Amino acid sequence: MTQSLSLAGIDAHYGRTQVLFDLDLDIGRGELVSLLGASGCGKTTTLRLVAGFLPPSSGTVMLGDQDIARLPAHRRDIGLVFQNYALFPHMTVADNVGFGLKQRGMAAARRRSLVADMLARVGLDAFAGRYPAALSGGQKQRVALARALVIKPSLLLFDEPLSNLDAKLRIDMRVEIRALQQAHGTTALYVTHDQEEAFSISDRVAIMEGGRISQFDRPEVLYRQPANAFVARFVGFETQLPMAVTARGADHVAVTAAGGASFRLDPADWGGLPDRFVLGARAEGLRVEAGEGGDGLPATVHTRTYLGRQYQYRADTPAGPLTVTGGMTAPLEEGERGTIRLNPEQCCILPAAA
Amino acid sequence: MTARRSPWLSLAAFAVYFFLLGPLVIVAASAVSDTEYLAFPPEGFSLRWFQRIFEVSAFLDTFWISLQIAVAGTVLALAVGIPAAFALKRHGVALPSWMGTFFVLPILVPEIVFGFSLLRSVSVALDLPIVPTLLIGHTVIVLPYCVRVVSASLANFDFSAQEAAISLGCPPVRSFFAVVLPNIRAGILAAFILAFITSLNNVPVSLFLIGPGVSTLPIQMLIYVENFFDPTIAALSVLLMVLTVVVMAVVEKTLGLGYFVR
Repeated sequence: MTQSLSLAGIDAHYGRTQVLFDLDLDIGRGELVSLLGASGCGKTTTLRLVAGFLPPSSGTVMLGDQDIARLPAHRRDIGLVFQNYALFPHMTVADNVGFGLKQRGMAAARRRSLVADMLARVGLDAFAGRYPAALSGGQKQRVALARALVIKPSLLLFDEPLSNLDAKLRIDMRVEIRALQQAHGTTALYVTHDQEEAFSISDRVAIMEGGRISQFDRPEVLYRQPANAFVARFVGFETQLPMAVTARGADHVAVTAAGGASFRLDPADWGGLPDRFVLGARAEGLRVEAGEGGDGLPATVHTRTYLGRQYQYRADTPAGPLTVTGGMTAPLEEGERGTIRLNPEQCCILPAAA
Repeated sequence: MTARRSPWLSLAAFAVYFFLLGPLVIVAASAVSDTEYLAFPPEGFSLRWFQRIFEVSAFLDTFWISLQIAVAGTVLALAVGIPAAFALKRHGVALPSWMGTFFVLPILVPEIVFGFSLLRSVSVALDLPIVPTLLIGHTVIVLPYCVRVVSASLANFDFSAQEAAISLGCPPVRSFFAVVLPNIRAGILAAFILAFITSLNNVPVSLFLIGPGVSTLPIQMLIYVENFFDPTIAALSVLLMVLTVVVMAVVEKTLGLGYFVR
């Protein structure tokens, strides 16, 4: 029976080093949540803590309405899928998948039929008698997935399950994992460092940094409206310019950037702007056009790079050097002066640094 | 692939085989000599020295003691060594670094020194009987082999498989027997054979610990050679070689000898 998972006030230490700081995380029943972050951010630690291989120093881990923080790992009823598959090398595929059922004392006949069903679901019914050494990476991960799913766990944990597979297979497998998770309606926690993977597979994503959750939301929200500078940079808002509102009119807001450059922004595009904020922009959000004057940021371009769909430039501006893009028609020459305009679709508004 | 062979390489290979196997050939040849003394080349042909081995009761008695001590010592060393190797590999980073060294110390201490200190500390001070003292001595000297060989096979084991077993509802201790042990079986067998042969051949430690009426086969062979110079000892050496070859052949059949040199 699948359950919700709720972490509250979790601290964790490796020896004297604190690795998780007052972590809160709620996952609804049947939801797939990813922990996303660079290595060392605490995402795998969080997963191991939920699995029961690392005791929290404080806090509660609620699985359904039971606090499992002090429960030994083997009594948690959690399915685990590892990056390196972690199959039992001395057992056949069928015995690997049946292992959890055997631990639960299930009779051999019933076990065999459940294993056969599950192997059919992952498309490996023809491989039941093989040993793991005779399988490809993708097949091994399917066996691992079947082994974790067949016990109908309260919760499924994935620890970078696709990192050892090649790019094409990764995409196929993540679709497959998502489909199986949906079909079983199992609550799942998924750890990855791959943003595309996390966004494509998850209902919600928690972006982690330094043992804390920076932002926890739906992928669309994270991608469009990051809550802070770290998440913004993580989802590609590489350029971050502090700005201040100088005047508010009916159809425009006047802002100045560092270095004294001023803009006029359309409130219809930008919503309610605070008096001070940081503008986050992807390279596509800063479009350079030939000619000076108007509302934009004056710039001198150099180092033009052809990217296929557009050109990318490095540009010197009063606010410092920026990476900007330009259209295919009438590209600017290196050294030419132009004006940078903002594309609100590719920009975000971040709170001003304290 | 037609690598040109240097004549020096061939010569070196020949020399190695000559000095390695030559003495064994001499021993084997002397064993069938029909003389009252060790003779090479053998004079005549006789198997009576093989028959004589079984007439010297001291050989049979000490072989039986050696066998018991080798088996019991190896089993004890594995009982300590397997958990030790597991702990060192699994939790190595969390353990103080001297612990890894601790289990190879018996190799570093000269065995003759170890034998003597065991005599002083256990035999004399604790007044323990001879057989238990021998057992302690042999357990300690074969322990490093057990720890090293089992560690080597654990190095190829992925511990996340054990975590997978635990997450599937298998308690930690049972998961060790269900998942870890079957995958290091080859290493344990190799460790057993290595330790068994080491114990069976040991002289320096046993030398200090034997006493009235209780000895080991290698020591008994030394004593015999001091008193008699007939080919019995050569015949016994041949039998021991055969025993070793049989053991190695069994290993080769089950594991492949490559296991030892990897």
